[in-house]
Amino acid sequence: MNKQIVQIKAMSKAFPTGEGEFLALKDINLSFESGEFSGIVGPSGSGKTTLLNIIGSLDVQSGGEVCVLGHQVKELSARESAALRSQKIGFIFQTYNLLPVYTVFENVEFPLLLLKMTKAEREQAVLKALDWLGLSDKQKSRPAQLSGGQCQRVAIARAMVKNPALVLADEPTANLDTENSLHILDSMQKLNRELGTTFIFSTHDQKVINYLRRVIRLVDGRVESDDLQAGV
Amino acid sequence: MLSFLIKGVFRDRHRYLFPLLIVSSGVLIMVFMLALINGYMDSFIRQNAGFDTGHLKVVTAAYSRLLSQKPYDLGLLDIQDELATWKAAYPQLDWVERIHFGALLDVPDNLGQTREQGEVVAFGIDLLSSGRERKLMHLDQALVSGRIPSQSSEILLTDSAFRRLALKLGDPVTLIGSDVFGSMTFRQFRVTGSVRFGVEALDRGAVIVDLADARGMLDMEGGAGEILAFFRNGSYDQKAAEQIRDDFNRRFGDMETASSGGTQTGKSAIWEEETASSGGTQTGKSAIQSESSAIRDEYAPVMLAMSDQNNMGYMLGMMQYLLAIFSLVFIFILGIVLWNSGLMNGIRRYGEIGVRLAIGESKTQIYRSLLIEAGAIGFAGSVLGILLGLLLSAYFNLKGMDVSVFSRNSSLLSEDIIYTSVSLKTALSALIPGMLSTLLGAALAGMAVFKRQTSQLFKELET
Repeated sequence: MNKQIVQIKAMSKAFPTGEGEFLALKDINLSFESGEFSGIVGPSGSGKTTLLNIIGSLDVQSGGEVCVLGHQVKELSARESAALRSQKIGFIFQTYNLLPVYTVFENVEFPLLLLKMTKAEREQAVLKALDWLGLSDKQKSRPAQLSGGQCQRVAIARAMVKNPALVLADEPTANLDTENSLHILDSMQKLNRELGTTFIFSTHDQKVINYLRRVIRLVDGRVESDDLQAGV
Repeated sequence: MLSFLIKGVFRDRHRYLFPLLIVSSGVLIMVFMLALINGYMDSFIRQNAGFDTGHLKVVTAAYSRLLSQKPYDLGLLDIQDELATWKAAYPQLDWVERIHFGALLDVPDNLGQTREQGEVVAFGIDLLSSGRERKLMHLDQALVSGRIPSQSSEILLTDSAFRRLALKLGDPVTLIGSDVFGSMTFRQFRVTGSVRFGVEALDRGAVIVDLADARGMLDMEGGAGEILAFFRNGSYDQKAAEQIRDDFNRRFGDMETASSGGTQTGKSAIWEEETASSGGTQTGKSAIQSESSAIRDEYAPVMLAMSDQNNMGYMLGMMQYLLAIFSLVFIFILGIVLWNSGLMNGIRRYGEIGVRLAIGESKTQIYRSLLIEAGAIGFAGSVLGILLGLLLSAYFNLKGMDVSVFSRNSSLLSEDIIYTSVSLKTALSALIPGMLSTLLGAALAGMAVFKRQTSQLFKELET
């Protein structure tokens, strides 16, 4: 049986507005096991990003409990939540967000610098990650010299290089064409299968949804459905 | 991590170019200004020491109270034995004797009748026995026409007086004055040349004669109005000068008797009284300037440091003060400019900072890294600015800068051409303000990191 790495119980999130509060998430009860390849789907404004923020310890819930990798998110200090993200959570963004002045190698190396690994350890890990994603020949290139798909693969390598327990991917294919999207999704699926890394997506892209083994549909801040997809 | 950050800074032209230019320009200006001010101070000290104050000066107590009037009738008489003792006591000093006196310069016509007359300040200096005074007063450089006197009864005039009185080389002139006993005296000289010191206060009307001629004219055989002492290395060291002054006044002035507790004499009374009232160590200066006491031996020698004379201490202190103010203003202005630059840079790097927060850097780590980057830029900019500043200063050290427009009609002894004083110490002192201003700017701009809502990262990063 796989270990539960995210537990969410009766969680709600409210944002203050001029007239009171806006309840973005209501009574969320979810859990994610290690090795999942899941996605939170739903229309814009449904609360996908807010939920991903809280799971990634970038934000805290207003009510209920959220436990990520054994840590109660609400009880973490800013420093502790930064350490949690640094050590155990990888992020993949829609717009890649690579550091333009650094090479592919250096972009992927960056999270390892925060972990204070030795140069030899870093080099080994980076080369392995680049190899996994088919970027070995691009390690000295700058992001501006790469295609969108290659940039997103670098972003995946950056998220994966520290061997995180959990990867949060926010609309990772939104800026890619179909071919690149499928290539990226294949890469992530391969990493999930071979390394056992848990992926949680936020998406409304049908191509991504087709790859997910579990689809959690959010509507107006509530979980409308939580289904396993047969045949994925 | 440090090298990673610094590598990033210098690969991103937008990130370093503007701050680097600002810092290097500011440091360049600062190095040059410091070199200019130091050059001016050096020149100011050199001029005043050479022409008037010496690094130290020995006069009589009475003379010291009327110092600006140069009362040669209150000068040091028959002091050759004492001078030999002082020279032995302070071998680090060079000594020169001088007599300054006011006189009327009479220019005769062909018939020996007065053609022109003018008031002059006369310098009686040792022109014949050694070249020391020629160097101290820069006579060779100042010579406009003719030559330096090489024998008795020859005279040099400042060029403006030479022209005003329509003189020619070889013309006879007569100095008319009063001797040390108040009797009228005059002496004939032959004009050998004219000089221009580039010092307005001197160039208006001064004449230079040999000390022996001045002594003869003023009936001051073996005497001098004042005796100037200079450090042999040529540099004025205020602390050392003040130590020598205090020592001299204790050993050779009236202080000796008072401090030793010996028999009270007329000489010692004043010093003892002063020492008792101050309750501590008595300096020559305060004792001399005290109005409450009457000096009994008016002719006792008193040593003055340069800082005791002509408000020099105040002026040198004021220059140091201005330098400190200049540095603070520099840091403040540059800090403000770089704050603004840092804010603009922060906006441009909003996405990068966001992704770094998401990857797991804490806000404190990011803030620290911004300061490290600023430190690197500040260091590089400062080094560049120092090098450029040194080059510019070196140029003006060779060529000089004409500041005569500022010294016109001034009574201060300052040169018309200022040469910047270049030293590595001065240049390196600009490194600190250069670094500080960059760090200050980055520290202020970087505060924005702490105001950022981490929870907005995803939204920000998608836009």
